[in-house]
Amino acid sequence: MASLKDLRVRINSVKNTRKITSAMKMVAASKLRRAQEAAEAGRPYAVRMERMLGNLASSVVGTAGAPKLLAGTGKSDVHLIVVMTADRGLCGGFNTNVVRSARQLIRELEAEGKTVKLLCVGRKGRDQLKRDHADKIVQSYEGLARKGADFGNADMVAQKILADFDAGAFDVCTLVYNKFQSAIAQITTRQQIVPFPVPAVTAEANAAPKALYEYEPSEEGILTDLLPKNVAMQVYSSMLENDASEQGARMSAMDNATRNAGDMIKKLTLVYNRTRQAMITKELIEIISGAEAL
Amino acid sequence: MADTLDFELVSPAKLLVSEPVSMVVVPGTEGNFGALPQHAPMLSTVRPGVIDVYKNGQVAKRIFVAGGFAEVTETRCTVLAEEAHDLSTLTRESVDARIQAAKDALQEADSASEKAAATSKLKVAEAMLAAIA
Repeated sequence: MASLKDLRVRINSVKNTRKITSAMKMVAASKLRRAQEAAEAGRPYAVRMERMLGNLASSVVGTAGAPKLLAGTGKSDVHLIVVMTADRGLCGGFNTNVVRSARQLIRELEAEGKTVKLLCVGRKGRDQLKRDHADKIVQSYEGLARKGADFGNADMVAQKILADFDAGAFDVCTLVYNKFQSAIAQITTRQQIVPFPVPAVTAEANAAPKALYEYEPSEEGILTDLLPKNVAMQVYSSMLENDASEQGARMSAMDNATRNAGDMIKKLTLVYNRTRQAMITKELIEIISGAEAL
Repeated sequence: MADTLDFELVSPAKLLVSEPVSMVVVPGTEGNFGALPQHAPMLSTVRPGVIDVYKNGQVAKRIFVAGGFAEVTETRCTVLAEEAHDLSTLTRESVDARIQAAKDALQEADSASEKAAATSKLKVAEAMLAAIA
């Protein structure tokens, strides 16, 4: 049986932990609000850019001389997986989910005999993948989302991806990140960004007369401008989503931790009081039986 | 025939405008163009400049955009701007500060890509100045 002093120390230490976790929860909650707003505000742009590009792509695809970013290199031997995680832990299954999905993707691709390369954004993803896939990591970034997602940083990552693509280092690029749904639900998402996935032509769209666009300055001119920008934009929007997801995951993880600490304190206090009362009773018995013996 | 078209202006940061309007004038790379309802579908790149939003024959809004893309279809006009500010929120001081910052960046740029980035920044800032003048 633990002594009274041990129990007191234990209770105090759990109380301190609870203070820390509840403070972290509060911080995450306030960051979440900002990140969520940013993520939701960023969605329209990404959606519209995809729609615009989709329209454009379906009219260009299949024609000779379509840009590589759209048509692909014609093979899919080398895959680049961009693993987007957080720099910090203590956010529940957030990082693990992304890494697990990435690992699974690696296994699937390797089973098909493809070569896989990894680009890690965020320290945690790199640390976890370093164990068994260290040889595949071509580049890793950390500290990018310290002050929330930033377009400049996203652009930097995108430039690296584009430069590698131009150099022929990979054929297909996929992002793995957490899409923000709510503070308690984040969906691990895989999204192919290179080559741009041309939306499947639906029956409805097929029936409707195809909108023939006029292009200013020219089809190629717009595509060469729009495609790299789209890559940057997709990286940016996944960063925004990831940022919001991270804060949401941390908030709920810390909420759980705070609640658990509360439960633990209750249990420990109960044991503490029982032990204290037992000791008092024991002392009383000793005194009484001592007096009786006289 | 519908007499309005849905105008949407989005920047990476947020959806700025989404409303039915009677006409918009967009600064395309190859010259300004006005988009009315039933406009033939077109895609254009946008240079830094001012978008005029017309409602009932009058300019309802003037918005500065720092380049981007515009998509026009028969029923809508979507502008993807890299950056957008309502003209009324821009002040002389902030624009001057921007120009100065861009000039400084150009001075300090040593690689070609940095120089190009600074030059385009300066262009945007100058277009901004022209817009408020």
